[in-house]
Amino acid sequence: MNLWRKLACVILLVVVCASVAANWLAPAGYARQYREATNAAPSRSHWLGTDEIGRDRFARVLYGTRISLLLAPAAALLSTLMAALIGGLAGYLGGVWARLAMAITDLFLSLPWLFLLITARALMPLNVSPLVSVLVTFLLLGLLGWTAAARVLCTTAGALRSADFVRQARAAGVPGQRLFWIHVMPNLKPVLYAQFWISIPVFILSEANLGILGLGVAEPMPSWGSLLKELEGLLSLGDEPWKLVPLILLVLVVMSFQLLLSRHDEVAA
Amino acid sequence: MRIRIAGHALALVATVLLGGLLSATLVRLAPGFEVDEQELDPHLSAESVHALRAVRRQENNIFHFYLSYMNRAAHGDLGTSLALGQPVRSLLRDRAPLTLRLLILGLGLAWVAALTMALTAAWLKFAAYDLLTTFVSGTFLCIPAAVLALLSVLWNVPGSLAIALIVFPRIYRFTRNLLAKSYSLPHIITARAKGLGEARILFWHVVPGVAPQLLAVAGVSVSIAVGAAIPVEALCGLAGVGQLAWQAALARDLPLLINITILVTLVTLLANSGADVIGHMVRGGQES
Repeated sequence: MNLWRKLACVILLVVVCASVAANWLAPAGYARQYREATNAAPSRSHWLGTDEIGRDRFARVLYGTRISLLLAPAAALLSTLMAALIGGLAGYLGGVWARLAMAITDLFLSLPWLFLLITARALMPLNVSPLVSVLVTFLLLGLLGWTAAARVLCTTAGALRSADFVRQARAAGVPGQRLFWIHVMPNLKPVLYAQFWISIPVFILSEANLGILGLGVAEPMPSWGSLLKELEGLLSLGDEPWKLVPLILLVLVVMSFQLLLSRHDEVAA
Repeated sequence: MRIRIAGHALALVATVLLGGLLSATLVRLAPGFEVDEQELDPHLSAESVHALRAVRRQENNIFHFYLSYMNRAAHGDLGTSLALGQPVRSLLRDRAPLTLRLLILGLGLAWVAALTMALTAAWLKFAAYDLLTTFVSGTFLCIPAAVLALLSVLWNVPGSLAIALIVFPRIYRFTRNLLAKSYSLPHIITARAKGLGEARILFWHVVPGVAPQLLAVAGVSVSIAVGAAIPVEALCGLAGVGQLAWQAALARDLPLLINITILVTLVTLLANSGADVIGHMVRGGQES
């Protein structure tokens, strides 16, 4: 493991630990309002100041990080599993199934990712409870994010279908279902692993974009997207630099995920 | 070549029609489709409300809904925006030029920056320069598109530059990897061993080899730029199609969303198909 990857591991570990320990580290809950100190600058009681309705920004950053870092991998897992099932199975079956699966992925891929997300999110109820909005946002990411991975997996599974060991197993009378789960799927693991790691930063960034556009996680629940929405009111970067902390944290985490991906993973993906 | 173009055209029409059907289905299944705000108007009589519901019932069948929409669209009627109360056709006509200008300028800037950086990195082969360009592009890759749009407002820079900054790292990363891979090919190593100059190797042997793949990226970059136009236009207050899509999403303006979906699908597919056909022509020319 090179120095950059070690550094990325350390950053991710620190951020994850801090977000998990939000209950102990944060001075109060993310929705608690200090009405006597709205829009306050950083102080000993509020390390990152407070927002316009007096909520502690440090607490919101910690809880928001927890939500984004917990649910982005969950959405990545969902999309990877869907890609494995749809792409892997279509590639393994080949013929009309592979062509059908590729036509569906082409249809999804022909639309820009953010546009697809915004359209799908608009069709979901917007006036839902904060918890439901979190689940809807990340569920959408997972449900719509499988297409590119499915394309890669379909090609890989298609190549495996004609591999010698699969042919031998088929000739030995191994049933199709067993062949797929025992012989083909384990060989898709490196691609699945790479797709999973690639999806996490993509989903974190997508949630942030949706949040800034007002189509993400609903208030008062914090997420990186809703925290970054605060930047809209910024008049200059130098005035209130503490408002940039969520952005710096997001960039650091996304960069760490990118660094963790080895060149081998990139090739596999 | 004609067969290839015909195949692309057929696939394009089929995908656009399928995309339209998919979005119509989503619209039909979306919560609240059966509800019409007009029914809440106290001035409407019971018969009028009944007539409105009868019209709605006709749209319950997805295929009927979609076919009647396509039939109207074929006659130039794209419907009326629910939120803005204007014909969708005139809304798109008014806003498309700005988006087109933004996309052309943004893509142009992104390609110039990415190609300049990738080619100089490949030519100079300075580890420090390579690290610097990778760091710069990597950093932009890690910043959400909407944040770049907000920063462009803050620093008063044009929206096209924000689009360029969103698209450029993706092009740069791919181009750099492509050039690096190309430099390790046997015929390039042989050319260097024979004493050919670096400029000649780059422009005569490396660039022509990667041109078809770069053309494929050009198609994809259009799709990325169209996606980037939404946050840029929405947050920079630019009245383009991207802002219209955002407004339609916030207001759940479904007729407008269907039309924009079809338009965006058409634009991205045209870009990808065009890039693919040109790439094929370039490859054909190189082989002959």
